[in-house]
Amino acid sequence: MFENLSERLERSFKILKGQGKITEINVAETLKDVRKALLDADVNYKTAKSFTDEVKDKALGMNVLTAIKPNELMVKIVHDELAALMGGEHAEINLKGSPSVILMSGLQGSGKTTFSGKLANMFKSKRGRHPLLVACDVYRPAAIEQLKTLGGQINVPVYTEEDNNNPVQIAENAIKHAKKNGNDIVIIDTAGRLAVDEQMMTEIANIKKAVSPHEILFVVDSMTGQDAVNTAKAFNDRLDFDGVVLTKLDGDTRGGAAISIRSVVNKPIKFVGIGEKLDAIDVFYPKRMADRILGMGDIVSLVEKAQEQYDEAEARKLSKKIAKNQFGFDDFYKQIQQIKKMGNLKDLAAMIPGVGKAIKDVDIDDKAFVGIEAIIQSMTPYERSNPHVLNGSRKARIQKGSGRDIQEINRLIKQFEAMQKMMKTVQNQGLKQAFKKRR
Amino acid sequence: MAFFNFFSKKDKEVLDSGLTKTKTSIFDKISRAISGKSKVDEEILDNIEEALISSDVGVNTTLKIIERLEQRIARDKYVSTEELHSILNQEIVALLAEQPQQNSSFENISSKPYIILVVGVNGVGKTTTIGKLANRFKKAGQKVYLGAADTFRAAAIEQLTVWGQRVDAPVIKHKMGADPASVVFDTLSSAKANDADVIIIDTAGRLHNKVNLMNELTKIRGVITKIYPDIEPEVLLVLDGSTGQNAYEQARQFSQATQVTALAMTKLDGTARGGVVIGISDQMQIPVKYIGLGEGIDDLQVFNREEFVKSLFDNN
Repeated sequence: MFENLSERLERSFKILKGQGKITEINVAETLKDVRKALLDADVNYKTAKSFTDEVKDKALGMNVLTAIKPNELMVKIVHDELAALMGGEHAEINLKGSPSVILMSGLQGSGKTTFSGKLANMFKSKRGRHPLLVACDVYRPAAIEQLKTLGGQINVPVYTEEDNNNPVQIAENAIKHAKKNGNDIVIIDTAGRLAVDEQMMTEIANIKKAVSPHEILFVVDSMTGQDAVNTAKAFNDRLDFDGVVLTKLDGDTRGGAAISIRSVVNKPIKFVGIGEKLDAIDVFYPKRMADRILGMGDIVSLVEKAQEQYDEAEARKLSKKIAKNQFGFDDFYKQIQQIKKMGNLKDLAAMIPGVGKAIKDVDIDDKAFVGIEAIIQSMTPYERSNPHVLNGSRKARIQKGSGRDIQEINRLIKQFEAMQKMMKTVQNQGLKQAFKKRR
Repeated sequence: MAFFNFFSKKDKEVLDSGLTKTKTSIFDKISRAISGKSKVDEEILDNIEEALISSDVGVNTTLKIIERLEQRIARDKYVSTEELHSILNQEIVALLAEQPQQNSSFENISSKPYIILVVGVNGVGKTTTIGKLANRFKKAGQKVYLGAADTFRAAAIEQLTVWGQRVDAPVIKHKMGADPASVVFDTLSSAKANDADVIIIDTAGRLHNKVNLMNELTKIRGVITKIYPDIEPEVLLVLDGSTGQNAYEQARQFSQATQVTALAMTKLDGTARGGVVIGISDQMQIPVKYIGLGEGIDDLQVFNREEFVKSLFDNN
């Protein structure tokens, strides 16, 4: 995978150590690395270039604080500039008008329909509004059906005209319908279209003309590459949209498209999509995005990932067991499965700031658990909950069953006992005390 | 040239018109740099670099291509700008993995039944690609069965059903929320009983970093092997032509879960260029088989390396 920007900068600054001021030479050196990092993150070629030029002006002549290494300062400048570029004041969605009309636009497969559902769900459940979803994608097979299903899941009405293939009319009729039925927000889902498709672009421009939406959102896949600028510009030229929605951010893309779009159309990113469930919607955090683009470790995502897999009931049970000194191999096994669910170990560790670099060359084997699992699975249920009964003959049987050698089994039991003791101490004295004692 | 026979004239026209944006853009830049010069210099190489990166080829692959170009220039001592195009062409073509049977057509199926498992992240165009694929096979006189194993996304089953009706192929389906592996099992059983030639299985879009969902795919792949132990299924990874460098991770993770055997690139009729596929094909040695150039039933073509690269740089 991509190298962390700070690591790269560290390398290029090595030759220039001992300098108190950022000079022309070391800036030129490092900016090359910054640019490569941005390009790897799918920031547009031209945007990356102009961005690094700006950073250069900012960085030149800056005094390096004694405590900070030049490379760290450089990373900080780049990071802050990126966050500033994407940020500005937080822009709310415009809900004037009754009903307020929101028009969705974007390429095929960017996630308009799913996002329309999320938006409707948010207004209904969090703000007590009465949204109406409108199905204006009359082209893609079953697109109307898809919106109807989503509406059904969140209990939001969906306006459709199955036999009408004129989206402009459908949109107009939907607003009349909303007025009659007391819907105070109308969300119009449209067909995906390519910016070069003249006919389709005219169509959406006509929908805009007909219903004068209070808010036009441009929905874009966060995995989009260099083309993001062309598409965003073309849609903005035609629609003058109000905000951007960045979808599929629950993937592992760096998401450089966010910067590219911001730099060509200067419209705020208002929402992000972070999952397929209908409550997986969030506002946009420029700082987190800057971290992500630069690959600087993302502790927030790590916590979120852990929470996603965390089963509260299970955890409560576990803590009871520990208190009663009943923590057994079964529970240990369950914990391993939880960790495994969170994903690739090395990727996980890399999310912790600073760790990415430390483990860069360490080969973390994802199969590290295989041996442990085999050994535990070769134990009887009784042995698992009563580890102290494991004697020589039992161990010999486990050895045969698991195909691991006896040293490995002994090591596991030893580690397990140490863990049990540790847990007991933590339970009794609190975490701080336990660590003190160990030291 | 030999490979020209492969594309019918009409196909070539569709490909050309679909890739026009790419063509003019890259070519314009390079020819602007070239105009008035007789020798390749730094500025020309810089322009090639910009053109390639702007096409999502990626920094590393771009550097690799430029490096090879420079070597050629150094070796041949003098390279005129006219020769540059053909060298660039050759170098990029060389990076794209060769198909086992290059120039084999779609309709040349390698096993009976020929099983295609279609995978990819959300919204890349899996179902649409399947509809178009099924159409190609039907036209060639094959008996096609479709399996609706995307039981997750709202109306995905209905979408595939519409395509099944369009191309007149039976669609095996369960209700939304059903176990996808059991849909696959039923599809294969039904296809087997009815002596189908081609089986295409649609799966739910999933982001490659979701471990549970990827495990589900591995399980589906396992079901196929269980029913047809002797058949090596085609696992087709569909990539969105507008996706950037994340496509590498997609290819890597999906390969790990399902042993991807072929790639399809969609949405190449827009302004996106799909250059990322060059690096993926090079590093992972997975051939690109199909490209999608629109939403129409006939807008799917067999990928041809020379034609793809040629279309990027052609000057006519």
